[in-house]
Amino acid sequence: MTAAVRKRFLYLMRQPPHGSIFAQEGLETVLIGAAFEQAVSVLFLDDGVFVLKRGQAPEAAGLKDFARGFRALPDYEVEHVYVEDRSLAERGLTAADLIMEVEVVTPERAGELIGGHDVVLAF
Amino acid sequence: MRFAILVNAGPYQHQASDTAWHFTRAALDRGHEILRVFFYHDGANNANRLAVPPQDERDVGARWSRLAAERGLDLVVCVAAGQRRGILDAAERDRHRKDADVLAPGFRIAGLGLLAEAAILADRLVTFGE
Repeated sequence: MTAAVRKRFLYLMRQPPHGSIFAQEGLETVLIGAAFEQAVSVLFLDDGVFVLKRGQAPEAAGLKDFARGFRALPDYEVEHVYVEDRSLAERGLTAADLIMEVEVVTPERAGELIGGHDVVLAF
Repeated sequence: MRFAILVNAGPYQHQASDTAWHFTRAALDRGHEILRVFFYHDGANNANRLAVPPQDERDVGARWSRLAAERGLDLVVCVAAGQRRGILDAAERDRHRKDADVLAPGFRIAGLGLLAEAAILADRLVTFGE
């Protein structure tokens, strides 16, 4: 019913991974958008960059390690996984600390990305 | 304009659901179309028909139900978000062998695909709550 329309979706992941369910349920939304054959990209910024941090052990707190699911994004034909560099730097992180390959972007570029997509969903 | 509305916050804890309701009503009053209101995250809790707020306070859930009845709104609760929070309709109750269903009138339960579809078909998707 919707196949004729193809929009550019950008998902913003702004929340840290385990303090609330936003990142986990946000991932579910990203995967659904991709399944609808839309042009889907994800941008991690603010505390959202912690979602991709290596070496987490959420099972120790009785929580699910859902962040591994983000590594499957390329399999779902998610076009770009962006991470904002200032958010990383403010938290003492670099791209080498993350569980997957990402495209590191400046805050200015992040702003352009937000302005340049048809649909922006923030989690 | 065709709007799709996303409500990510539950009732009372935050104002977001109230604001979404006011926005939806105002948009309809101005002649705009509300393609769908999608309830996600704790927003699913807006659809709990068993809430009993004090009589001198607004009833957030009932207010959505009333607006849906008056204006023919499509109120959709994400099935997965609803399951996590016990927001079940009769079919979900039976499927999961529970002893109660709590979905308020005017709401229906469906998959996240309906959020994607609404975002695709609407001119604007407006998010309320985080």
